[in-house]
Amino acid sequence: MGALRAGRRPDLREGREDVGEPGAPGPSPARLDLPAMSSEPVVQARGLVKRYGTKTAVDGLGLEVAAGTVTAVLGPNGAGKTTTVEMCEGYRRPDGGTVRVLGLDPVADAAALRPRIGVMLQSGGVYSGARADEMLRHMAKLHAHPLDVGALVERLGLGSCGRTTYRRLSGGQQQRLALAMAVVGRPELVFLDEPTAGLDPQARRSTWDLIRELRADGVSVVLTTHFMDEAEELADDVAVIDAGRVVAQGSPEQLRRGGAENTLRFTGRPGLDLASLLKALPDGSEAAELTTGAYRITGRIDPELLATVTSWCAQHGVMPDGIAVERHTLEDVFLELTGKELRA
Amino acid sequence: MSAGTYTPRPGAAPLPRMIAAQAALETRMLLRNGEQLLLTVVIPTLLLVLFSSVDIIDTGAGEPVGFLTPGVLALAVMSTAFTGQAIATGFERRYGVLKRLGASPLPRWGLMAAKTLAVLVTEVLQIVLLTVIAFALGWSPEGNAFAVLLLLLLGTMAFSGLGLLMAGTLKAEATLAAANLVFLLLLVGGGVIVPLDRFPDAAQSVLGLLPISALSGGLRDVLQHGAPMPWGDAAVLAVWSLLGLGAAGRFFRWE
Ligand SMILES: Nc1ncnc2c1ncn2[C@@H]1O[C@H](COP(=O)(O)OP(=O)(O)OP(=O)(O)O)[C@@H](O)[C@H]1O
Ligand SMILES: [Mg+2]
Repeated sequence: MGALRAGRRPDLREGREDVGEPGAPGPSPARLDLPAMSSEPVVQARGLVKRYGTKTAVDGLGLEVAAGTVTAVLGPNGAGKTTTVEMCEGYRRPDGGTVRVLGLDPVADAAALRPRIGVMLQSGGVYSGARADEMLRHMAKLHAHPLDVGALVERLGLGSCGRTTYRRLSGGQQQRLALAMAVVGRPELVFLDEPTAGLDPQARRSTWDLIRELRADGVSVVLTTHFMDEAEELADDVAVIDAGRVVAQGSPEQLRRGGAENTLRFTGRPGLDLASLLKALPDGSEAAELTTGAYRITGRIDPELLATVTSWCAQHGVMPDGIAVERHTLEDVFLELTGKELRA
Repeated sequence: MSAGTYTPRPGAAPLPRMIAAQAALETRMLLRNGEQLLLTVVIPTLLLVLFSSVDIIDTGAGEPVGFLTPGVLALAVMSTAFTGQAIATGFERRYGVLKRLGASPLPRWGLMAAKTLAVLVTEVLQIVLLTVIAFALGWSPEGNAFAVLLLLLLGTMAFSGLGLLMAGTLKAEATLAAANLVFLLLLVGGGVIVPLDRFPDAAQSVLGLLPISALSGGLRDVLQHGAPMPWGDAAVLAVWSLLGLGAAGRFFRWE
């Protein structure tokens, strides 16, 4: 969508007054209102920093995950998603900042934390000579009250793997096995690093369904993804990260609304009095005649605005043709926030 | 699956159950792997059968099987505790298995304990098999069983330490190559089938300090010559154990 102001960073904090969010320090990432939290956040990261040699992979990142929600960490390759999640899982020690998971320090309190979380690594994690159900049964044995392995195998369509060992499973089957391993111990919180990478559309849907079932049963989910549609479909809260920083956070709806303005287009008689039209529209709207008779209104396009535009046209004897509303996707938001395509 | 299926109910299994499950899985993985079986079962068996029935190597006075069996038992320990364990663990590290288990309720020391158990179970199977074959070939061992057991345990510790050190520091492919090469070199130069006194004196004194030579030599002293506990060889193995396990504990990388 060429109409976007790529590279410009819109002020997502504009909407904050509406929701009465207490003021956060200036340079912190844009933060929109969250659903009211019923309890302690299950993940609370502040000012996280991780360096590899001279490279700073995570750069002052803050993240908060409310209990019982699905949070998507969204960003392009190398944004620092895995590094962030692995600091929460206790695999990597932050070089700066603090992280608490279920109120615990993931490194110092690892023994207490591990039984309570489920982990799906971005890849691997299974003996190459193990069969899917064998590995899953094994993970189940490490927990006190595991899920029924047979039912889980069926649920994830792993029943057909039979006696095939892990190294010969298809990429999608390997992926689903890793997902099953993350949930089999009945954790309170699961971290899923790109749970749907490499899945066909059907398997992707079924993974989405499972994630929704987890949430419905009260499991908190943190997942990483490159896929905007995945974040929009699944997440209560999205943290958009780029170059190790959260550049925006909020519900998909809030991000779409706050991050990118939507567009209303129509054609009509050339030379309409746009100044008069703008007076009727809410502050912050813009109107332009792009080419002769082709109009574009940008701003917060809602049903009221649409009604205002059509009634203004009625008053001025204009028949607006080809009215079209373009609602921006998270993909646009990302482009707008970072000046980059999400997937190059 | 119906509503409520996933309602959180976290908790670790009791530690002994976790370790037993892990040891059982590790043992199955070892026994399922064809290349590992070649190393741990086929090669020692072939060497024992071949060299005791065909007079290729001069094994000194007495029945060849009396000389060969202690050597082949030492080889069995090395093949499982060192070569097999190093290769398997190297690839587990490479494929994120160690990492993933690190996020499970099983503590790391529990994983290591399970690996040791799996090695011991495999060794018992090897030793039973090789002993039965040796008896069929007319073997009549001497010596005391306690000394044999102690040497086998010390040998397992020494080789495990070295194997884990390799697996935890080198790349999986490098471990694969190096562990096989070392296996081959120690098979030839460690008194397993070729008596150490076939080598020049200077070489002998160095080769005698290798863990494989200490294990095969010590086992031979007891089983072939009915010697009491060979403390010298036991001491060599103990030093290797300390060095190997110490360095592995210090330098092992889980990812
Ligand atoms: N162990 C490591 N050593 C050195 N650099 C690393 C290491 N892990 C990650 N990095 C670097 O840190 C940055 C962030 O990596 P990370 O894996 O967290 O990204 P990501 O968002 O998960 O990417 P992807 O979508 O490709 O999985 C990258 O530039 C990567 O090259
Ligand atoms: Mg990643």
